[in-house]
Amino acid sequence: MIRKLSLACVLAGASVMANSTPLGLPPVPIPENNPQTPEKIQLGDKLFHDARFSADGKVSCATCHSQDKAFTDNLPVSKGFNDLTGTRNAPTVLNSAYMKTLFWDGREPDLEGQSKQPPVNPVEGGLPNHAPLLEVIRKDPEYVSTFKTVFGVGADDISMDHVAKAIASFERTVIAGDSPFDRYYFGDEKDAMTPAQIRGLELFVGKGRCVSCHRIEQTQALFTDNRFHNIGIGFKTIQGKEQQTAAAFVKSKREGADVDITVLTRKSMSELGRFAVTENVTEVGAFKTPTLRNIEKTAPYMHDGSLETLKDVVNFYDKGGREKNEDPLSGFLSGGIRPLDLRARERQDLVEFMKALTSPQLDQFTQR
Amino acid sequence: MSNYSRRKFLKTGGALLAASSLPISMVEMAFGKDSEQNFTFAYISDSHITQIKGNKFVRNWDRGLIRAVAEANLLDPRPDFVFYGGDIAQLGKPEEIDHGLEILGALRGDIHYVMGEHDYYVDLGDYWRKQLGPDHYSFDHKGVHFVVLNSILTHEEWMHRKWDTGMDRMKQMARLDNPNGQPFMVGDKQRSWLKADLGTVSKDTPVVVFSHSPLQKIYKGWNFWTDDAEQVQALLKPFDKVTVLYGHVHQIQTNQIGNISFHAAMATAWPWPYPSTYTQQESYLPKLTVDMNRADPFFERDATGWQFINLHSGNVDVHYTLPDNEARVVAFDEKLGHPVDTKYQAVADRTSPQKHY
Repeated sequence: MIRKLSLACVLAGASVMANSTPLGLPPVPIPENNPQTPEKIQLGDKLFHDARFSADGKVSCATCHSQDKAFTDNLPVSKGFNDLTGTRNAPTVLNSAYMKTLFWDGREPDLEGQSKQPPVNPVEGGLPNHAPLLEVIRKDPEYVSTFKTVFGVGADDISMDHVAKAIASFERTVIAGDSPFDRYYFGDEKDAMTPAQIRGLELFVGKGRCVSCHRIEQTQALFTDNRFHNIGIGFKTIQGKEQQTAAAFVKSKREGADVDITVLTRKSMSELGRFAVTENVTEVGAFKTPTLRNIEKTAPYMHDGSLETLKDVVNFYDKGGREKNEDPLSGFLSGGIRPLDLRARERQDLVEFMKALTSPQLDQFTQR
Repeated sequence: MSNYSRRKFLKTGGALLAASSLPISMVEMAFGKDSEQNFTFAYISDSHITQIKGNKFVRNWDRGLIRAVAEANLLDPRPDFVFYGGDIAQLGKPEEIDHGLEILGALRGDIHYVMGEHDYYVDLGDYWRKQLGPDHYSFDHKGVHFVVLNSILTHEEWMHRKWDTGMDRMKQMARLDNPNGQPFMVGDKQRSWLKADLGTVSKDTPVVVFSHSPLQKIYKGWNFWTDDAEQVQALLKPFDKVTVLYGHVHQIQTNQIGNISFHAAMATAWPWPYPSTYTQQESYLPKLTVDMNRADPFFERDATGWQFINLHSGNVDVHYTLPDNEARVVAFDEKLGHPVDTKYQAVADRTSPQKHY
C-alpha cells in the first residue's frame, strides 16, 4: 500500500512538471546540485544583465543574448568590450537548457561551465580573471544579501560557482515551445500551420533530410541531435591550410593556450571546430547542431554568422554544403551533406516551415 | 638490418605502449629520441570507387576516400608511409582505378598498394599493375620486413575459362554468397616467391604482411577466406613476430594464431555485418574480435573509417579512426601475447548491438 501511495506521488509530481512544460518540449533537465528556486532564478536574471562584469562596464550576458533579439545580438559575430569582435555567432539562450554541451564546439558540458568563460575572454568581457567580477558582487550589499539567502554564503565565500549556478538557473527558465509547429504537430491543430508550412514540414522530414540532425521526436522536438557535424561552413578560411592550422593549434594548446580564448580570437583556428576540444581528426570543422526553434528571430546564421537569411541557409544545404556550385567542398564534410535537388518552391516552403518554429511571448522571461 | 640496429630496436621499443593508448591525435608519439625504429604508418582500404557513367561516380564512396585522405593528412608527426589495402575500384574499370588514384594523390607521403579482387577480375590486374607496378613485393623499413601479397587469386582454370567478357568474370567475384564464385588463394607461385623472400630474413626481424583477403579462414560464403591460408601461415611461423593486416572485410577483426597477429581494416566505403549474424554456414570469427559498434544509419560515414598504425617493438597497434563513432585502439598486449581492444575487450564494457528490428 505504501508503495502504491509513493507511486501516486511520483505520478502527481510528473504531471505538475508536464503542465509547466510548453507544448513540444520535454521537461527541463535540472542538475541535482543546482535545484531551481525562485530567488536563485531572480538572482541569475540580475547577474545576466549586469554590465559591470566587463572591462569597460558595458558588456553583460544580455549584450549578446538580448531578450529583444530572441536572446541573440543579430550580429554575424558578437561584439565584446571596446567593440572587439570574436569569431562566432551568439547562439540563442532560448532552450539552451536542453543542450548536452555548450558553445558551438561543445567545449563546456553545461550552462554552469559556459557562463564563466565570456567575462574573462579578451574579446568579450575582457576581464583579466574572475576577481574583479567577484569584487563587484562582494561590495554590492544587495548581491551579498541575496547570495546569503540563495546559497547561505557570506560575502567572502561567494565564488564563481555560485554566480554560474544562479545564471544557469535563470537560463533554465528561458524555455519556449508552443509554436505553430507544436500546435500543429503535437497539439493536433490542423490549421496552426499554413499550407506552405505543412509542405515545408514534409520536405523537412523527407527530401530535405533536415530532420536527420534537427530532430523531431514522437512527443517533443528540440531540433538538434546534440552532435557535431562539418557542413562546409567556414571551410574556405582554412582551405589548403588545414594541416598547418591544426598543427599550430595543437602546439599552442600543448604550451598552455586557453581553448576558449584561442578559438574566439584566431579566425583560422576557430574553424577547426570540435577538433579544438577533442583533437580527433574526424571532427575538424565540425560544429554543434543548433536548435531551429525561433530561428526566424535569430539571424544571421551558422557558427560564423556568414549566412544572412534562411533562404541563404536552405540554398547552402541544397548545393550540398556550398554557396555556389563552383565552390570546392571540404574534405572533412559530414557524410549526410549532399546536394538535395530542391526546386525553388520547395526551398521556399522550407523557409516558411522554419517560420512556424517561432514561439509566442518571447518577451516574458525578464523585465530587465 | 644489421645486428646492431636490431638490438637497438628491441631494446628501445618498449616505451611506446603508453602513448598508444592516447586518443589518436596530433600527440607527439613517444618514439623516443634514440629510438628511430619505432614508427607509424596510415592504412586506408576498400574505397570501392564506382563509376556511374562518364565523369559521374558514386558520391558517397568518393567522399569516404576524400575524407580519409583529409584526416590522414593531419597526422603529425607524419606517418612514414601509407598503405592502401585494396579494392580502390568497384568493378576494376580503368576509370575507377584512375579516379581513386587521383583522390589518393592528395595524400602527403608515399603509398604502397595491395591488390583487391574488385581491382583484379575484369582484366586479371593488368590495368592496376600498369598504374601501380607489381602486385606482390617486399621491402625493409627501419628494421621491419614488409611483404605485400596478392591473396585474391583463385584456380587458374577458373580465371582463364572462356569468359564472354572480363566483366562477366568480375561480376562473379564481386558478390557475396555467389555459388559460382571461387575461394581466394595466394597460389603456389607466390608462395614459392614468399618462401624465397623470407629465406633471406633473420627470424628475429619483425615481419608485417599485407594482403587483401584475411590470411585466415573466417567465412567462406563471403570470401572472408584464403584457401591456402594454413600454407602461408606455415611460412610465417618461424619468425618471432608477425603481423598480418588485411582489408576486404570492412570491419574490425582481431586474431592471434601462434606467433601471428591479425588485424582487419575498416572500409572507407561501407561496413559489412559480422558473418556470425548470418547463419547459413559456419563462421569462424576470431574470438579476440570485439565487434564494432552497430552503425547508426542516420550517419552515412558511421562504421567506415581508416587506420593509423603504431609499430613498436615489432608489434602493431591499430588505431581505428571512425567518423561518427568512437575511435578504437587494438594494441598488442605483451603479457597476454596477443592484441586486445584497449577499451572494449572485456565483454561487460562493450556496446551491445541492437537485437530487435
